[in-house]
Amino acid sequence: MTLSASLPPGSQQAGGLVLDAADLGVSYTVRGAERQAVRGVSFQIRPRESFGLVGESGCGKTTIALAIARYLPRNGKISSGSVTVAGQDVASLTGDALRRLRARTVSMVYQEPGRALNPSIRVGRQVSEVFEVAGLSRADAAGRAEEMLRKVQISDPGRVLRSYPHQLSGGMLQRVIIAMALAAEPALLILDEPTTALDATVEAEILELVSALREEFHTAVLFISHNLAVIAKMCDRVGVMYAGELVEEGPAREVFEQPSHPYTVGLLRCIPGRGQRKDHGRLDTIPGFLPGPGETPAACIFAPRCALADQRCREEAPPMYPVNGARAARCHYHERAGTLPRATPEEAQIPPPDRGQEPLISLRGVSKTYTAHRERVHALTGIDLDLHLGETLGLVGESGSGKTTLARVLLGLTSPDEGSALELSGSALAPDAARRSRDQLRSMQIIFQNPDSALNRRHSVRHLIGRALTKLAGLTGAEREARLQEIIRAVRMEPRQLGLRPAQLSGGLKQRTAIARAFAGNPRILVCDEPTSALDVSVQAAILNLLGDLQGKNRVTYLFISHDLGVVRYLSDRIAVLYLGRLQEYGDADMVFSAPHHPYTEALLSAVPRLGGMPGERIILKGEIPSPAHPPSGCVFHTRCPRRLASGVCESEEPPLAEVEPGHFMRCHIPVAELRMLQSVETQ
Amino acid sequence: MSEEERRGTPVASAAAGSPLEPVSTVSAPADEGRLPSAGGTLDTSARAIRRENLRQLVRSKAFITGAILLLWWIVCAVLGTVFSPYNPVHGSLTAFNAAPSGAHWFGTDSLGRDVFSRVITGARDILIIAPLATLLGTVIGTCIGLVQGYFRGVTDNVIGRVVEAVLALPVVIVAFLFVVALGPSAPTLIIVIGVVFGLLIARTVRTAVLQERELDYIAVARLRDESNSHIMFVEILPNVLGPILVEFTVRLGYAIFTVATLSFLGFGIQPPTPDWGGDVASSYQYLAAGYWWETLFPALAIASLVVAINLIADSTEAVVIQ
Repeated sequence: MTLSASLPPGSQQAGGLVLDAADLGVSYTVRGAERQAVRGVSFQIRPRESFGLVGESGCGKTTIALAIARYLPRNGKISSGSVTVAGQDVASLTGDALRRLRARTVSMVYQEPGRALNPSIRVGRQVSEVFEVAGLSRADAAGRAEEMLRKVQISDPGRVLRSYPHQLSGGMLQRVIIAMALAAEPALLILDEPTTALDATVEAEILELVSALREEFHTAVLFISHNLAVIAKMCDRVGVMYAGELVEEGPAREVFEQPSHPYTVGLLRCIPGRGQRKDHGRLDTIPGFLPGPGETPAACIFAPRCALADQRCREEAPPMYPVNGARAARCHYHERAGTLPRATPEEAQIPPPDRGQEPLISLRGVSKTYTAHRERVHALTGIDLDLHLGETLGLVGESGSGKTTLARVLLGLTSPDEGSALELSGSALAPDAARRSRDQLRSMQIIFQNPDSALNRRHSVRHLIGRALTKLAGLTGAEREARLQEIIRAVRMEPRQLGLRPAQLSGGLKQRTAIARAFAGNPRILVCDEPTSALDVSVQAAILNLLGDLQGKNRVTYLFISHDLGVVRYLSDRIAVLYLGRLQEYGDADMVFSAPHHPYTEALLSAVPRLGGMPGERIILKGEIPSPAHPPSGCVFHTRCPRRLASGVCESEEPPLAEVEPGHFMRCHIPVAELRMLQSVETQ
Repeated sequence: MSEEERRGTPVASAAAGSPLEPVSTVSAPADEGRLPSAGGTLDTSARAIRRENLRQLVRSKAFITGAILLLWWIVCAVLGTVFSPYNPVHGSLTAFNAAPSGAHWFGTDSLGRDVFSRVITGARDILIIAPLATLLGTVIGTCIGLVQGYFRGVTDNVIGRVVEAVLALPVVIVAFLFVVALGPSAPTLIIVIGVVFGLLIARTVRTAVLQERELDYIAVARLRDESNSHIMFVEILPNVLGPILVEFTVRLGYAIFTVATLSFLGFGIQPPTPDWGGDVASSYQYLAAGYWWETLFPALAIASLVVAINLIADSTEAVVIQ
């Protein structure tokens, strides 16, 4: 029995549009005032087509998705235009018809897989329910649930069905949710940032899976993401959103290769990629700020931030101009979009790091073992690292690889195991920050990923930075005030923002405040723990430029942690790759990023979707990162390693961290010459 | 959910000055026009939030009802002796146990004292003792809770067990023991109720502090070599004031109840001072004789004050914890 028999007529009709958004406007009522969140958005999705919506946070992507399934919050409504899904006008549906739409025609997958399932009901029950709603008996539904999980490539569906959501990893949960979404064979599948909360390796798996399922189910897909590379990989056509308007639309490849709207051009230039590095020059940025919510633009909404804008743009709203047939752009000067001048000067002065001297920081045999539930969890094992003056060491690895633990050990927030040796300029560092001298504390500061957590929300910017100046630089009174003004300017904030509290600042300004505070005591080492992961790409570019500039000016050393390899490569002089708390590879950035690499590094690099590049042979890591409480025998990576040796040496013996070429260390049994041969296709 | 929601409460006013407007960038360095985008500022200043919270409170019927009732009792406590129709302490020898009438709205008690006057003036002591006791309890509870939540581990365990040991007994029994030992007086009541409530409040504060403790700004403060007391009182305390305020209002209702109970049992405010709990105690034996007014009106007074405080507490909680 298939479910398609019960589908409403129209959803399967050939040639008809699966989705037709015509001049769609959505508004929210906030405190009595109506705010337009989406304005005049028109696009179509044909059967089997995959359409991507891309844009920065707050541009209305999710609002459109919610409008399609009529899931808008109570204060939101479709204020103009219409959305037609499989021939039905969504706005006119009520009661049963609306329930049928949501049950059978449109399915949604959200960003946080952990929050999409009921935590107190077994997965099996929740998956079966989808089939029971469609009219199957309980027994049939259970059978179909298992079958469905096999289709999303879950190898052990029985175990997964018996589990509770918290017992499964994020990637596994997202598979289950995709299975549920596809169970009713919907005409349209909406994926709203489905991989944003996942590791790159898991993201790669999920994206592969979605592609494969599209082939099988012939479902049309609306794919929403802030990640341009993901959209480029997954979508046939793409729509670029800016401040509630669709500014450009067309085939994904063409739009990304030859954008016709200055916003798309700017966005693409913000992304560090293709081996771009800080000493090659600054990243380009998009000047100015997003218009505030509820501000209605007089003419072109992007004009205030656009270097190509002239009087016409400020007076006359551009229509969607057709470009080369299949494309459209909301810009008067779409044919000149590519000539958008740079917003940030390119030249950067970052002196090369000073490797000749003694290392500034040296870690020897640093391990950290936690005891949880009577089990010993090995978060870090025998890490040896040196950091030199003025260099950036990039730390990469999946979540759970020990990156953050290493940063916390270095800062003294977490005490390492006995026998770990930490040195700063040749003198030993106490394991606990409380026992370090003020000078040592001042030398090392941190920028956290989430400024909402790192900035005390009850304190003003003035207090946040001023207190750091008092405690770390020992400044008071007029001296402190002068330095405060100086620092604020250095991070490109304005003095009038000193009186504001974090809640009044945007994400980028919050992170600037955190950077200003970190620099208050003139640190020599700054730990950056995913400093741009919570930010939009245009803001990320500005923050990366700022970090580069400050490094050039202050000769500060960065320990830079990020899951985004493009970002790490842009800023790093050397890279350390961690897996299960062990260093797998370590060396100059260029060496690590070009063959030969450790098989794990190779897989990480391969997992990252890239703009432009031809999709080469992708290495998909099977399975999940093993528990650090029970690390695998031998080489810890052997359980997932696609290049594991047949001899069995990988299972029995841990390879040493050997120097394979000057300044390049690797922990692998495979001879480096062989790796070089196997990986002859340049990865980036 | 939607992006609009995730970004927090969007407030329209861009009057704070969008950095795009040249006017607002006068003080900025020359290259500010090329400022890399880092987003604008939203008008969600603490003052705006406070104003909005207050507006929501004023709009809630529960809060207004509670506030009016409480205000009435405060007026009675302050001016009761001025506008009470009779002297609440001196009874009339001729009119005792008189039913409610035009002359005595709430009737008179067994000593011929006007019940209406005693109810009105009886607000004074309870409205001094209960809030002061709660305030003391909040201060004690905040300190204990901060220490427990901040230091965690052994400190938390030891204090926690002591608190549990004390709280294993009903609050009134604990208070009773101390009042018997120290002798009934207003300061004794305040201290005893304050300490016992402090232990209760400490548990709520501890939970809130434990959550704050995990946030990165605590790590930042430690890396800045801040003292523990600075971290507790300057960094954490301002962020847990919401739950503390809610706890204060809730405990105030209980404190009134506790004071009235102790008075009823004869260990609170001592006669002949007019007092609701005491009046209920001295009159309920006459209920069987049909003199219901002597018990009902003081009892209603206690109930209305507790209800008023709880209405305020509930609506405050709804606004603060959202």
